[in-house]
Formats: sequence, structure tokens, C-alpha cells
Amino acid sequence: MGPRPHRRPVSCRPVRRWHLLLVVPFVGTLWVPFYDAVEPRLGGVPYFYWYQFLWIGIGAVLTAVVYFATREPEPKADDGDDDGEAREAERGR
Amino acid sequence: MKGVDTVALSVFVALFALVTVLGFVAGRWRRADLDQLHEWGLGGRRFGTVVTWFLLGGDLYTAYTFVAVPALVFGAGALGFFAMPYTVIAYPFVFVVMPRMWSVAHKHGYITAADFVRGRFDSPALALAVAVTGILATMPYIALQLVGIQVVLGAMGIQGDLPLVIAFVILAAYTYQSGLRAPALIAVVKDAIIYIAVLAAVVVVPLKLGGYGTIFDAVPARKLILAPKQFTAYSTLALGSALALFLYPHSMTGILSSSGRKVIQRNSAMLPAYSLLLGLIALLGYMAIAAKVHDAPAYAAGFAQYGTNFAVPALFLATFPSWFAGFAFAAIAIGALVPAAIMSIAAANLFTRNLYRELVRPKCTAKEEASVAKLVSLVVKLGALAFIVFVPQKYAIQLQLLGGVWILQTFPAIVVGLYTRWLHRGGLLAGWVAGMALGTWMAHELAFKGTVYPLHLGGTTIPGYAALWALVANLAVAVVVTIALNALGVARGRDATAAADYGE
Repeated sequence: MGPRPHRRPVSCRPVRRWHLLLVVPFVGTLWVPFYDAVEPRLGGVPYFYWYQFLWIGIGAVLTAVVYFATREPEPKADDGDDDGEAREAERGR
Repeated sequence: MKGVDTVALSVFVALFALVTVLGFVAGRWRRADLDQLHEWGLGGRRFGTVVTWFLLGGDLYTAYTFVAVPALVFGAGALGFFAMPYTVIAYPFVFVVMPRMWSVAHKHGYITAADFVRGRFDSPALALAVAVTGILATMPYIALQLVGIQVVLGAMGIQGDLPLVIAFVILAAYTYQSGLRAPALIAVVKDAIIYIAVLAAVVVVPLKLGGYGTIFDAVPARKLILAPKQFTAYSTLALGSALALFLYPHSMTGILSSSGRKVIQRNSAMLPAYSLLLGLIALLGYMAIAAKVHDAPAYAAGFAQYGTNFAVPALFLATFPSWFAGFAFAAIAIGALVPAAIMSIAAANLFTRNLYRELVRPKCTAKEEASVAKLVSLVVKLGALAFIVFVPQKYAIQLQLLGGVWILQTFPAIVVGLYTRWLHRGGLLAGWVAGMALGTWMAHELAFKGTVYPLHLGGTTIPGYAALWALVANLAVAVVVTIALNALGVARGRDATAAADYGE
């Protein structure tokens, strides 16, 4: 099951397409044959371990990319206030 | 372990005193009327990006995690590392799903996930099922936080239950007074200490042992990577745990106390910093193998009493001077207080909103609601304390494993419910019953010792996380019953939410 269990018909919206990027970490970490090996080592650390550490970074970067790509322009300095909410709601119609 | 380590204990007590003061002062932070449940139990939904980061980090990465993950790696090797892919995939999932929960909860004043289910599906029975599952899954989790404290107290030569009782009474007092503000403020201190302790360990220990190459060479080859028959166990444990993580009431409380959708999304990109920490902590298990603490006579008593959970405390005692060991142990103990506080608040919110107000006093005032929640948070903690003091520890561990299986069975009502009302409320309830029953039966078949159930399909056997197998059955039953109830024309109830409430 991916991060989006049920897609709505509006899936062609740009926001939805960016969300597809977030499926990548699922593939990279849940398919164990990709990384179940000792070699190549990195600084003495077996591949199995440094590969998974690497994915923490990749996952964070991908999430940040999607955040900036789908972000609404900030209405005010503070976070997620009611104006922003109303505007987002309007856009969704 | 002979006698009390006074140096370590002094550092430990000093840090503990510091967070106690913080816990009581927290009630004045962003001062508001703590007689309102959303103020006491959700910090007024005002926590910004940084506070939410500390709060969720302190909430999800518990003391038990810090002790149990390296203990699992120490004992079982690579399989224990499933915590890594688990936390890698949890946050993209949160990024997409949880802003919807925040928006609809903000719009309708929902304090718990069960509140949302009640409004969305117009079904008190389904909401009750979600609330009870949440409380059942949380209780043993709180009890296990005490195990973390017990192990580090034992490592400093402190025996008996009295210190544990004192620690928990203090915790109960400031949670009662300050609500969610207390763990939010303490989480900052806890994280600072834990980062210092872990970073010191991952630098100093390899220096002493001769580098990371030597550490991994000390690990038996069969433990170093997975055998092919472990692959499905590894990935289903990771996936099932990731999907379950934010269904836990204490995670939901962390989400709903944030000040906006953006705070949640930013945190999805920032919380992996804790995953890095968790990965490093997991490696401590291998360092303990390489340091041969298991064979050292000085720690034999500790291992006899606490099992593999003693691996990390032994590693710190063997590597560092007393004062730094005390510092690290304080990190683990304080790391127990933050999640224990949030969990008891979350369980209290659920009880008050979805049991008390729903079944006992539908017309209770806001003030009464808040005082009931405060009282319940005390009862919950005393219950956890009694559980640890009077019941063998292994039952708490088994119940916590079972709790993970149970909580995932609320996925269809909560997560699928955030996107669609296609599933009938009766179908969701039937699916929940099926998932709970199957998951519990599988755990029983495994003698409650583990959660990896070998599923026989045709001629092949697929070992996998029982929670995920149960969820598949849950969803299948929900779909079939939905089709049947629709065909019979059974009423679906009224949706209290509108598409625009989800904020996209």
C-alpha cells in the first residue's frame, strides 16, 4: 500500500504528480534484494547499512523537494493560519 | 554492578531535577486557560515547526526504542535494523496524509482520531472501536517506558521500585498541572542530552575498538545481513510499523497540536534527523558485541536481570567515565518521561472525548471535560506503574507487540476515511473485528513472543508482520461487507465533514 490509498479523480493536479516522488523511498527501502549484501563496504561499514543510512538522506531531500514544489505562497509570517486554510480550500474546489 | 555509582547518580539526579522544574514551569508557557481540553491536551494547537519537531521527536523515539532497538540488533543482528526503512518511509506517508487530518480536525474541533471517525461516518460504535483500540495499544507502551528507566537505574546500582515510583509521581504531577506544554518543553532538553550522548558514543567507541571495520568484523557473518527467507519479514515489519506509527494516539496528539499543515509537512522533511540518530543508536548494539560486554563478569548480573536490554547501558559503563554514563542514562530516563506524558495525555483525551462524553455525560461542560482528562491521565500512569511493579515485565513487552498489531486495524477507518467514504460504516466495523481477531490469533499462535507470522499461501510460506496480514483481512472484509450492506440498502449515516474541510 502506497502513501495514497485512494486517489481521487483530480489526480492530474500538479500537487498530486509531485506526490508520486514520495513513492520512491518505499521502493528503495522495501525491496530488500537491492541491498542485502556486505560488499562494497564504505569505511568498513557493510553495504546493507550504509545503503539504508543513505536513504534517510534521500527520503528527507525528496520530501523537502515536494514541500517546496507544492508550497503555497506564505500569506503571513506565521504557520498555517486560517487565511491560508481558506485559500487552500478554495483552490481545491 | 556492586554498590551505587554515586558520581553517575549525582549527574542523573541533577538533570532529572532540571526537567522537573521545567515541567512545572511549562504551565505558564504561552499562558492560556488550561481548563479547556484543547489547551491542556493539545497545547492550544499553537506549536510551530521547531516545537513540533522536538515534541514529535521526543514522542516517537521513546526510551524503550533507545534500549530495545540496539538490544534487538545486539541479539538478532540485521533483522533488528528494520527500524531504518520503517522511519524512512513513515515520513513521506505523514507528509501526504496527516495535513488532511490536521485540517479537518482544526475545522471541526476534533481532539482525537475517534472524534474524526465519529463525524465522518456518523457511527458512535466505530468511533468507540477506534478509541478503545487506541487506549489498549497505548497502555502497555506507557508501561514499557518504565522498563527503560528501570534498566538505567539498575545500571547505576539502584534496585527496587521506589525510585521508579518517585519518578512517575513527579511526572504525573506536572502532566496534571501543565498538560501537553510540559513534555513539549522537556523534549528540548531531552533531545539535546541524547544527541550529545549518542554522538559521543559513535565517535569514541569506534576509536577505542579500532574503527567501524573492526566493529562489523566482530559481528557473526550470519547476523550481518539478512537470509533470503527473512526478506519479507523485514519489509513487512518496516511497512506495517510505518503505517501504524501515526495511528497511535500519542502521534496523533503531536500532529493535532501543531499550528498548521505546513508545520506537519516541514517536519516530515526534518524528522528524519531523528531517524539518523536511531540508526546510530541501533549500531550501538554491534558496538556492544565488539566491546564483548556480554562476557565481562562486571555486567553478568545486569544481563541476567535485564537480558539484552542491558547491552547499551553496559557499553556506556565500559566505555565512558561515570559522570558521562550518568549523563547518558539521564537521557534515557528523561526520554521515557516525554512519551509517557504525551501517551497518558492522548489516552486521557480519548477516554474523555470518546467514552466519557459519548456514553456517560453527553452534556458535560468544557471545564468538566478538561478535569476528567487530567484525572484520567493520572489513573493511566498509575495503572502503568502498577503493571510494571506487580506484573512480570515480559507481559508488558508482549502486550506492546500486540498493541502494534491492534492499532494498525484502525487504518481503514482513519486513513482510508480521510480520502473516501466509499467503505460503509458497518463494513469498517466488521473489518475491524476481523483484523483484531486474526491479528490476536496470529500473535497467540506465535506464543506472543514475536509478530512475524509465516503465512501459508498455496505451496509457499511467506513470513510477514502479523499486523499487516490482519490489515489485509480487515480491508477485504470491509469491502465485501460494504458491497453487501449497499445491496441491502442499509443507511450510511450523514457525513459531518465536507470535501473542502480537508484543506486541499
